Amino acid sequence: MNGHFPWLTTLAALPFVGGLCVAAVPAGKRRLAKNVALLFSLLTLAVAVVVATKFDNDGGRFQITESYSWISSFGVRWSLGVDGIGLVLILLTAVLMPLLILASWHDADEAPVGADGSAGAGRPAPRGTHAFFALMLLVEAMVVVSFAATDVFMFYVFFEAMLIPMYFLIGGFGGAQRSYAAVKFLLYNLLGGLVMLAAVVGLYVATANQGIGVDGHGTFDFVKISQAVATGQLDIDPTAEKALFLGFMFAFAIKAPLWPFHTWLPDTMTEATPGVAVLVTAMVDKVGTFAMLRFCLEIFPDASKYFAPVVITLAVIGIIYGALLAVGQTDIKRLIAYTSISHFGFIILGIFVMTSQGQSGATLYMVNHGFSTAALLLIAGFLISRRGSKTIADFGGVQKVAPVLAGTFLVAGLATLSMPGLAPFVSEFLVLVGAFTKYKVAAIFATTGIVLAALYVLVLYQRTMTGPVRPGNEKLRDLVPRELAVVVPLIAFLLVLGVYPKPVLDAVNPAVDHTLSRVEQKDPAPTKPIEQAAGTEAHTTGGSK
Amino acid sequence: MSTAATATLAVTKVDAPTIEYGKLSPILIVAGVAVVGVLIEAFLPRPARYRAQLTVALVGMIAAFGAIVWLARDLPDDHRGSITAMGAIAVDGPSLFLQGTLLLIGIASVLLIGERRLEPAGGDAFAPQAAAAPGSQQEKDAAAAGWTQTEVYPLAMFSLVGMLLFPAANDLLMMFVALEILSLPLYLLCGLARRNRLLSQEAALKYFLLGAFSSAFFLFGVAMLYGYSGSVSLDKIGVASAGAMDNDALLLIGLAMVAVGLLFKVGAVPFHSWTPDVYQGAPTPITGFMAAATKVAAFGAMMRFFYVALPGMRWDWRPVMIGVAIATMVAGAVIAITQTDVKRLLAYSSIAHAGFILTGMIAMNDAGVSSTMFYLVAYGFVTLGAFAVVTLVRDARGEATHLSHWAGLGRRSPLVAGVFALFLLAFAGIPLTSGFAGKFAVFQAAARGGAGSLVVVGVLCSAIAAFFYVRVIVLMFFSEPKADGPTVVVPSVMTTAAIALGVAVTVVLGILPQPVLDLADKAALFVH
Repeated sequence: MNGHFPWLTTLAALPFVGGLCVAAVPAGKRRLAKNVALLFSLLTLAVAVVVATKFDNDGGRFQITESYSWISSFGVRWSLGVDGIGLVLILLTAVLMPLLILASWHDADEAPVGADGSAGAGRPAPRGTHAFFALMLLVEAMVVVSFAATDVFMFYVFFEAMLIPMYFLIGGFGGAQRSYAAVKFLLYNLLGGLVMLAAVVGLYVATANQGIGVDGHGTFDFVKISQAVATGQLDIDPTAEKALFLGFMFAFAIKAPLWPFHTWLPDTMTEATPGVAVLVTAMVDKVGTFAMLRFCLEIFPDASKYFAPVVITLAVIGIIYGALLAVGQTDIKRLIAYTSISHFGFIILGIFVMTSQGQSGATLYMVNHGFSTAALLLIAGFLISRRGSKTIADFGGVQKVAPVLAGTFLVAGLATLSMPGLAPFVSEFLVLVGAFTKYKVAAIFATTGIVLAALYVLVLYQRTMTGPVRPGNEKLRDLVPRELAVVVPLIAFLLVLGVYPKPVLDAVNPAVDHTLSRVEQKDPAPTKPIEQAAGTEAHTTGGSK
Repeated sequence: MSTAATATLAVTKVDAPTIEYGKLSPILIVAGVAVVGVLIEAFLPRPARYRAQLTVALVGMIAAFGAIVWLARDLPDDHRGSITAMGAIAVDGPSLFLQGTLLLIGIASVLLIGERRLEPAGGDAFAPQAAAAPGSQQEKDAAAAGWTQTEVYPLAMFSLVGMLLFPAANDLLMMFVALEILSLPLYLLCGLARRNRLLSQEAALKYFLLGAFSSAFFLFGVAMLYGYSGSVSLDKIGVASAGAMDNDALLLIGLAMVAVGLLFKVGAVPFHSWTPDVYQGAPTPITGFMAAATKVAAFGAMMRFFYVALPGMRWDWRPVMIGVAIATMVAGAVIAITQTDVKRLLAYSSIAHAGFILTGMIAMNDAGVSSTMFYLVAYGFVTLGAFAVVTLVRDARGEATHLSHWAGLGRRSPLVAGVFALFLLAFAGIPLTSGFAGKFAVFQAAARGGAGSLVVVGVLCSAIAAFFYVRVIVLMFFSEPKADGPTVVVPSVMTTAAIALGVAVTVVLGILPQPVLDLADKAALFVH
């Protein structure tokens, strides 16, 4: 396993080192700090692409693995490795980061607004810009480790540690209520994480008592645990297994966020700068859904099956609730936050219906949601920064003064409502098909989310972009080249993945099949052949033991 | 083990006790340093004392630490130690590990005590003349003359001698003597603050009265246990109590009383009420020393008492201790939320942490001992570092300990605020800090020892505790600085070194805890 070049450690270390370099740039040289940050995010992207080329879709479960001794007293190793799901999410992270840095180019330059809403109270901190970009890169490093960790403890450490730089990003930069939002974010997630810590300890004790680890210590090796669970070597008492599952799931449900654990998200996304808001929804939250798929399902298969109806119900409620609240919002960023809650409902629904289409769709949805939300939020952010207001009523007729901005916003909005031809359609369709084969009622209710999505996106577009030019909107500038450089790649990804999602699905499917085989789920036999979704093969392999 | 042989020898030949001076060398060195310190006070001219005291104390503690390393290397391969001084002192893994920790904390504390750059008028954190009544002309004269008291060094060293003895004491009388040696100088030191002298004297009196109470409890318990087993030796009590089938009143009362004395020293609920007042009133370097070192020593003694003398009684004392641990964690975390003074906040946080440490101790397995010791190392250095930072944030009236004064500190002094934030995060147990490694260690030990309920309470209390740690961070970083806010004084190299040590231990034990965990694992066996 060892002896090869440690690609994944390098991939995680690059943004970390980059963050340190940015922080070390002298205080006066903001531009240099930004350039260093951009450079390191691009380097990370390059390494991520190299890792992707080394990944073989038909190879083993975890590839590009490495493992070093870390804290042997706790049975913890520094173990990294990716399966298809981890890989595509790492790629998503690596692709988004340079775009986020570009989009946030000027966000940290001025002093943040005071708590009373007064603009630029006090002087800007001399190293505020440096801190902002250093923290962004730090979060990227931790997200990458979380996606690549094959050791449960190691995953937990970075899953939790990530909160601290996020907390400073939210609380240090952004709107008037940012301090409140940051504390809410941290306390919610910390509570989830601490409850999970009890479950992590419980898992450790279970492995130690049943002799899975070495020398009487327990183990956190995910591969070992998941195999021991599959072979029955690790046989946790059903009640304990349910408790442990709930401990893990609680943390992930807060992070993801699943209704009713979602209330931190709207505040965070409204108050944070657009770049940080994307960081939260597109990357950090994905760690939650990713972890449900990997850890909850594989380590606690029986409990997952037991609780699946509950989770599915909550997910469907989240889909409809998020969409309904989005319709009623008057604040652009808050609206987008509620659409995200709705979309996370779809992702969690896809994971817990435990069919191959559902889970492939959910994974693809994580990627697509990353791109579509990033596009929508960042363009909205550009718009908001021009007008100095995030209230929908302040806008109107923008498409006459800034046609490119309005046009790209429309594309991003159509992606959010899952317009066929754009990426989210494929994933949403797969999730619904996967849900329909097993949970018809849930699928039917979830479909209403699509209808509501059309409502909230089109109404938003109509109010802000069409109609007569509202006072205060006459002078809005169209997108500048830097902003175009952010938006164009995002739109391109939405289009390409909309018509040709095969590369992602090919990478994801083996991992999904493996997960399903571990929870001993087979796709129900189709009563009639399933129509093929755009560009995908309906695959029914795997699943059987 | 030749314990029995030496004991019988002692009965027949009273005049020749055998003392293995080599094995006691760490304690003896520090005791010698304390005595030399007193002589320095007596014979050196006033201006020369400061430098001499500081040098002697630091060199002595480093030498004692060297002696501990030497003794630890001499431990036999099975890591069992030996019992020396006629059965009174155990030189084994836990003793040496905790003594080493105490000496390192002692070195950092003396660096803080010796800091003389912070007071604008010169001098250190201690009253120029302790005997002068607060506000009197005498006091003003002493301050104007620029007097400083250097007795604090020998006092601190005597206290350290007691602390070194406390976890090593293998019979209850020695334990009591150690308890008094460590406590009496501390009572005095608490009353010596230069600023807020009335508060400081109140703290000292309170600490003394309650401490005397708890000592009386302890001694009463010792008498009961002697009455039960006919010995004050922990081993013999262990043998006698192992066969206790019926509920023997003497044994149970004695156990409870000794436990009260020990729980008082660690500040566990319901014996915690002195902690906030004393922590707030004492001179901050002493608070740091007391908070870090007393806990290490007292938990060491508590573990030895329960693991060596009363392992057979665990079904009697464990449920009670589980209750105490839960009450301690909950009360510490909940009451801390309402605090508005940094030192009181840290005091309540120390109560909550005493609960977490009890969680590890209750495990009653080797993992319990090693994880408790690891936690003590992690906690000790974080605490010391946090109090060191408190000494730096000052306004015209001395240290600005009211929380509202800390608003916006992160804007003004990002480095100091960042370091304090690191310590708070470590207290909160955020991963990649020493606090997390310690918390995980004690929780897994407790879970393996069958105390899963404690783990659940522990994580919930951690969440509550996180709230007030985060609140301070919010205040420092996300609030507007006040116009007349405090300034951060640039300290001398000594305080800087102590804080740097705290930061280094916090980060290293957070990222690479394995070497220290290994050491604690090896040192986890009590000699019987």
